[in-house]
Amino acid sequence: MWSPKRGPIARPIRSSEITSESHYLDRRTFLRGATALGLGAAVGGCLPSDEMEAASPEVGGAPAPNLSFLPAPPRFRTEEPRTPWEDVTTYNNYYEFGTGKGDPARNAHTLNPKPWSVSIEGEVEKPGVIGLEDLLRPHDLEERIYRHRCVEAWSMVVPWIGIPLGDLIRRLNPTSKAKYVYFETLYDEEQMPLTRRNALPWPYREGLRMDEAMNPLAILAVGLYGQELPNQSGAPLRLIVPWKYGFKGVKSIVRIRLQERQPRTSWENENPYEYGFYANVNPRVDHPRWSQKRERRIGEWTKRPTLFMNGYEEEVGSLYAGMNLKKHF
Amino acid sequence: MAARGLVAPRTIRVVAWTAVAIPALMLGVGAAMDALGANPVEAATHDAGIWALRCLVASLAITPLRRLGLKMLAPARRIFGVAAFAWASLHFSIYLVFDLGFDFGFLAEDIVERPYLTIGFTAFLLLLALGVTSTRGWQKRLGRKWVQLHRAAYPAAALSALHFYWLVKADVTEPAIYAGVITGLLGFRLADAWRARAMKRPTAGAAAPGEARAA
Repeated sequence: MWSPKRGPIARPIRSSEITSESHYLDRRTFLRGATALGLGAAVGGCLPSDEMEAASPEVGGAPAPNLSFLPAPPRFRTEEPRTPWEDVTTYNNYYEFGTGKGDPARNAHTLNPKPWSVSIEGEVEKPGVIGLEDLLRPHDLEERIYRHRCVEAWSMVVPWIGIPLGDLIRRLNPTSKAKYVYFETLYDEEQMPLTRRNALPWPYREGLRMDEAMNPLAILAVGLYGQELPNQSGAPLRLIVPWKYGFKGVKSIVRIRLQERQPRTSWENENPYEYGFYANVNPRVDHPRWSQKRERRIGEWTKRPTLFMNGYEEEVGSLYAGMNLKKHF
Repeated sequence: MAARGLVAPRTIRVVAWTAVAIPALMLGVGAAMDALGANPVEAATHDAGIWALRCLVASLAITPLRRLGLKMLAPARRIFGVAAFAWASLHFSIYLVFDLGFDFGFLAEDIVERPYLTIGFTAFLLLLALGVTSTRGWQKRLGRKWVQLHRAAYPAAALSALHFYWLVKADVTEPAIYAGVITGLLGFRLADAWRARAMKRPTAGAAAPGEARAA
């Protein structure tokens, strides 16, 4: 029989239990201050578990965690059952690898996320191309367990691993002209052969207003379920803004530009009547073609009501005070 | 002409029923084994919808194929038509039960406010009428009117393709292909009807040269 997939039951696991030395050596560049952590920490688990841990238990076939990270602070973790790894990584949108929900998992093996570098551009102190390890090194990885709401009216609960976007932006010393952040996904016909079908205008472009980007909820994710991001989920670096529809979460980021003008996003280009710059989750503003009042949580049979700002109104509501959200959808 | 009798109608029926049973069986097995992926409701809805459209197109293709000489295919038309209705019923039922939770207020709102659902629902009502009257009894009872009524299969197919087209977010290649095939089939029938009408008027045809002479 069909059975709605139930959420996991959390079981705490110590990092020493689940992190092999070879994995650790391979991933050490992701960890802040490799010296502080080092080999000893990896083998002996000498870090106090309340300071840094790999706490995601195996759920829905998730492989053993290979990242080390700080646990999510309570306000950044929903206690709702998490969507199993299997569902998170086999059911998603990444149009560079096909428009079907199962296509990215099938086709994204052609993406090569290592080595990776990101071009930092625009209104920052020191523009330039920087290797991903160097970009992340000064930051702690943190877990964030967020609701994820797709514009197609389905949703998940995902334990992401990443760094606060605001911390990174602060470190780049933005100039006074920096009003928006522009992001761009890799566009490479070799690694993404299906982009030749032009489902969208490539490269995939996204953007945030500066105050949105600085909100503590916004993160750049490098992993989920304690694992490095699988290719189909946007390896090796993607945006997560949980109060916005999923398509704002630009994947496999190669360019971050701080700029004065509001960037035009891919979906706005594709259809400005249906997709706006803000794309905040809002049950009161329907998509022109379908209702946004309810959503199907993956693993559930029937639909549940969609929450205003995806339930993050307390954190982000003030960003939009006085704005007409029907106009700025 | 030559094709008649090449394959027994019974064989055609068995082949057609098998063809429509296979995807139904695959969906049933997939559902029973919980192998429809992360979103089984959506997967089943899409599957039922696409097979409704495919069966509808297949049933519309039978008459043109008969005209082109494959007369033996005639018995398949009703089978594909009934299968289309069955798939459409499943498609609508899943939506009614799982998406709407039997809430007819939501149903009314959807049908009024969402054009792709308005036309999808219209297509379903047409198929419902065709499905109910698909029996030989209704065919005899309605006579010539039955033929006229069952031409509604064309608007039903066109609306279904448009319903598909309108719900796609980007890359409309697939619904566009269905729309193209349906347009082609309709074009064939219109051309056929026009030719038949022209041939049915031998006197009018004979009168034309006379008029020409008079002029």
